[in-house]
Amino acid sequence: MTTVQTPRVDAPVEASAFSKIVDRVKRVVSSNPSVLPTVAAIVIFVGMVIYGEVAYGRIVQYNTLSNLFINNAHLIILAVGMTFVILTGGIDLSVGSVIALSSVAGVMLANAGWNPWLVIVLMVLIGTVIGLASGILIQYFNVQPFIATLAMMFLGRGLAALLSTRPERLADDSPILWLGEQFKLIDGEKVNDVVITPGVIIALLVVLIAFFVLHRTRTGRTVYAIGGSESSSALMGLAVPRTKILVYVISGTLSGIAAVVYTSRLGIAQNITGIGWELDAIAATVIGGTLLTGGYGYVLGSVVGALVLGLMNVLITRDGGIPPEMTTIITGGILLVFVLLQRAVTSKRHT
Amino acid sequence: MSESLPIVEMRDISIEFPGVKALDGVDFRLFQGEVHALMGENGAGKSTLIKALTGVYKIDGGSIVVAGQERQFHGTGDAQSAGVSTVYQEVNLVTNLSIGENVMLGHEIRGAFGVNWRATHAAATEALATLGLEHLDTHKPLSTLSIAMQQLVAISRAMAVKAKVLILDEPTSSLDAAEVEGLFRVMRTLRDQGVAILFVSHFLDQIYAISDRLTILRNGKYEGEYLTRELDRHDLISKMIGKDLGTLSSLGGNRRVEERDYAAEVPLLDAKGLGRRGSIEPTDLAIHRGEVVGFAGLLGSGRTELARLLYGADRADEGEITLRGKRVDIKNPADGLDKRIAFSTENRRDEGIIADLTVRENMILAVQAERGWARPIPRKEQDELVEKYIAALNVRPADPNRLIKNLSGGNQQKVLLGRWLATKPELLILDEPTRGIDVGAKAEIQEAVAELAEDGVSVVFISSELEEVVRLSERIVVLKDHQKIGEIVNGPAITAQHVVDVIAAHGVEAAAESGIIDAEAGSHPTEAPHANVPAFAAPEEES
Amino acid sequence: MSTAARSNWLRELIRKPYFWGVVAIFALLALNVLKDPNYLALSVNPVNGNLVGNVVDILRASAPILMIAVGMSLVIATGGIDLSVGSVMAVSGAVAMVFMKDAGQSGSVGVALGAIGLALLVSAVLGAINGVLVAYIGLQPFISTLIMMLAGRGIAKVITEGQNTSATNDPFRWIANGFVIGLPVVFLLAIIIVIIVGLVVRRSALGLMIEAIGINPKASRMAGIKPSGLLLTVYILSAVLAGIAGIMSVGTVMTVDVSRTGYQMELDAILAVVIGGTSLAGGKFSIGGAVVGALLIATLDKTIVFLGISSSATPAFKAIVIVVLCLLQSDRVRSWFGQRRKPPQLKSDPTPVAPKQQKQEVPA
Repeated sequence: MTTVQTPRVDAPVEASAFSKIVDRVKRVVSSNPSVLPTVAAIVIFVGMVIYGEVAYGRIVQYNTLSNLFINNAHLIILAVGMTFVILTGGIDLSVGSVIALSSVAGVMLANAGWNPWLVIVLMVLIGTVIGLASGILIQYFNVQPFIATLAMMFLGRGLAALLSTRPERLADDSPILWLGEQFKLIDGEKVNDVVITPGVIIALLVVLIAFFVLHRTRTGRTVYAIGGSESSSALMGLAVPRTKILVYVISGTLSGIAAVVYTSRLGIAQNITGIGWELDAIAATVIGGTLLTGGYGYVLGSVVGALVLGLMNVLITRDGGIPPEMTTIITGGILLVFVLLQRAVTSKRHT
Repeated sequence: MSESLPIVEMRDISIEFPGVKALDGVDFRLFQGEVHALMGENGAGKSTLIKALTGVYKIDGGSIVVAGQERQFHGTGDAQSAGVSTVYQEVNLVTNLSIGENVMLGHEIRGAFGVNWRATHAAATEALATLGLEHLDTHKPLSTLSIAMQQLVAISRAMAVKAKVLILDEPTSSLDAAEVEGLFRVMRTLRDQGVAILFVSHFLDQIYAISDRLTILRNGKYEGEYLTRELDRHDLISKMIGKDLGTLSSLGGNRRVEERDYAAEVPLLDAKGLGRRGSIEPTDLAIHRGEVVGFAGLLGSGRTELARLLYGADRADEGEITLRGKRVDIKNPADGLDKRIAFSTENRRDEGIIADLTVRENMILAVQAERGWARPIPRKEQDELVEKYIAALNVRPADPNRLIKNLSGGNQQKVLLGRWLATKPELLILDEPTRGIDVGAKAEIQEAVAELAEDGVSVVFISSELEEVVRLSERIVVLKDHQKIGEIVNGPAITAQHVVDVIAAHGVEAAAESGIIDAEAGSHPTEAPHANVPAFAAPEEES
Repeated sequence: MSTAARSNWLRELIRKPYFWGVVAIFALLALNVLKDPNYLALSVNPVNGNLVGNVVDILRASAPILMIAVGMSLVIATGGIDLSVGSVMAVSGAVAMVFMKDAGQSGSVGVALGAIGLALLVSAVLGAINGVLVAYIGLQPFISTLIMMLAGRGIAKVITEGQNTSATNDPFRWIANGFVIGLPVVFLLAIIIVIIVGLVVRRSALGLMIEAIGINPKASRMAGIKPSGLLLTVYILSAVLAGIAGIMSVGTVMTVDVSRTGYQMELDAILAVVIGGTSLAGGKFSIGGAVVGALLIATLDKTIVFLGISSSATPAFKAIVIVVLCLLQSDRVRSWFGQRRKPPQLKSDPTPVAPKQQKQEVPA
């Protein structure tokens, strides 16, 4: 029996450009259940922007939006790393403490006179090493991900506290600060300019590379496959152990990069930095449509999720009526709502 | 069928695990362009043999020759690269990815900018086309397909990596008749292309419909290799369960049954239309007080599934249960216990013993669960209860404070039996209570069952060993392919042979009706040598 | 005692999982004595008859840790985790302080009792939320309690409006700082509560069922155990115990510090449980072991301060110990130490061929 030639199943020849786009969108939506939640996240973001503009004004303008990216660049990077981990069905609770350890160590080294570029590399490597340790504990010793990364979280905080418990300030002339410097892209009226920092550019690069890896490499597809079913992936001959360790290494490394971006903007590092940021990263990822149980999710969604959280902070500050202490409660509440929604959707699917 | 050398030849394979010889000098050979069925009851060694071939288990003795070369694979990935692919009963694909991706996962086509999705999906469609599935939209998620279709996708994945040997491990367990026919069409296509197919199944009709040759294993030993068309159903069953026709006929029912007036008596439990999608068709079943009802049937016939519905271990999708004249809804095991039903699982390791607790704690657990945590059983009462059942069931060692995981399988089973007896049930369901335990313990358990019935407790007795079922039951419910196909009221003249007849005969008629046997496709016409035997014999006519 | 009996007794003792915990406590005390031979000295304060000494300080410090360790043991035994204990401590302290501050009447026992009651009630509610999420909605314990951990601290801040609230109330203060028959009240209270919990858990069937659920949830269900109610109870209990710990903790200084009260106490709780021999995977648990673990942590904290080492080193050290204990509990490491694995695995060397079997009947 010869192989049958596949008839091309394309859009009809006479279709208008519009209906072709509609078809394409329909196909994308039906082929991946994660598209809808991510679209929902975008809708939420746009909704918040509109609400903020109506309620408080001065939201939809260059400097507000620029600041949104600048102030949340580190969170975007964290969320990307967390996405990799959650896609495999794991979790990384150590990201906040990696930032603390990495930034404190980095600032102290820089102030001690070390080559700033070397310092930056070391800051990233600290994250890589902690991620590797988590990955080995989880894959090789079968420790549950939340325990392993929880232990790393305490370890990171502890080491950071060992190094210093006071705010460490980067010298004003340190080249590292350049990464946090603002550059005007578009000069608007008065202070309303489109401004960008190298930190934001780093964040965008991270997102692009992550997108490429997840959607255009075998390793990335293995990440999704592991989240779908680890045992099936192993039986299909995929490199499961290596990939599982890799996602934690990625998360750790990106936490290191986020530390660089954050410290360069603030110029100060302290051992209590980053407390609660693991929750922010998880929330950003979940809001963006990634299922906590793994297998479904987009890195672009996590970016939107990070921006949603950032915008929420802006709105709360603008409002003035909500005390800042409520932020963690609100973030926790939003995360809870999304997790419950995910649970409702997935349990319906399984009946 | 090619007359050349076999593409796979396994000689004298032995594999030993601590305490058990899983395979003992087994031979097996597979030719290109044939469908070869591997048959045997539970524990016969089928999956062990397959794992030996794919290198998941290391063999302790014998040799494996694939395509003329002696090989020892290191796992499924290794076997896959040599052309030996396996498709399992639980479809081992990832449902969160697309169809095309699943076909090509691990072998995506890459270009300068990473994975070239257009080429990859095209290659997937090509692989699907070898099975006649080119119409599928490879961009859709795998989860949009039925299990049957997912299985075909799994097979096309094997084709995508140019498999020469395709192992199908129980592929039809979750499929309905039409889906099975779809699968068989694909298998015939592949066979005609020269693929060697190893087909594991316990559904006799399917074996006769699709396979060219079959090999039978029993208790880890090689029983024989036969051309399917030259072995009739009865011989097949006999060889699988290890008794020849003569012996089967002589194993008769020992139970003396006082005539039970089924018409007048109100059953203890009356189930009507009880069913659960995917595991058991709607079934009627009545159980009377003090009656021992045996569930008989081959592996996968639905015995356990039906029993679990009675206890609440699984919830029924349809049907109703009337208990002592009142309609009840049994939603979970706690409900079952509350209604005075108890269930001893066949899977004592996963669902029976609480490994790190003691014999005593395991034994009183169900009684304690009924009382709730706030009313602990007084220590003295516990001791009395435990001592009573340890003695009655002869649990060894007779130490209530020993951790149950340190007892032998047979003794663990007895402790579990004690757990259920302690709840003083009115209906006790025993699923394979004598599996994997020594002869002495078997006899003790069978005795206990007989005594229970005399005390007025109803018992459902499920066992793969037909002679056991025949020996103990008052009435035998015969199941096959997820449905009840008949009941036999036991009597002195009833033997295991009768049960075999029912199973064999029923299949032929039903199979011919549903079209599984496709004479036009050139597979072997089935002979039904005993088609004229009535489905079951009414005892009133026997002496 | 004959030598055989004595060595048997010793072997039994060593096998107890918290044996090494006890050894470690003595080792730490020995270290302190090395630095100051009078370390273990106990004296009686002539004014009020209270015992004074380093050991007394350790016992006082161990009280809150005892509470959360016991609660955490039960939660972990069911196969779950409660990451929110530290934050519940903060909430409980915040509720108590704000209540007493608003009520005034610094000598009133009623106010003190009201504060305690309210604090424990709020703690129970938080625990119930955790319990419902885990038991009835089926969320993974770590995510539910992680959210509670972070939201809880926010709740504490909202209750105190972001301020570190202080209050004056002598009866309340007495709980944490007072002495009775010469011993610190807080420690006696802790021991009494631990004994009560231990009795309830072991005398009733609660402990047995918790262990059954943790060891084999499927088999437990088949035996008629209904896990939901049990899980809810356990999470509420853990939160109430954390609430008590919070009261003890803020009572010492009569101030709640919304950032620091209970901060990282979940680390201490998990460590105490693991030292006590309970596996993080769930199953059999030991209240006695949790007690040993809590005492060890208190001793460790005090020793580090006494020896002049910076106390910021402690969390890192504790984290390393948790990792090491996790490794020791993992299957892979266990197999390195020669424990036999049950399920069939790949074997390394093939054994000789078995005798030939019957001839096959293969037709031409």
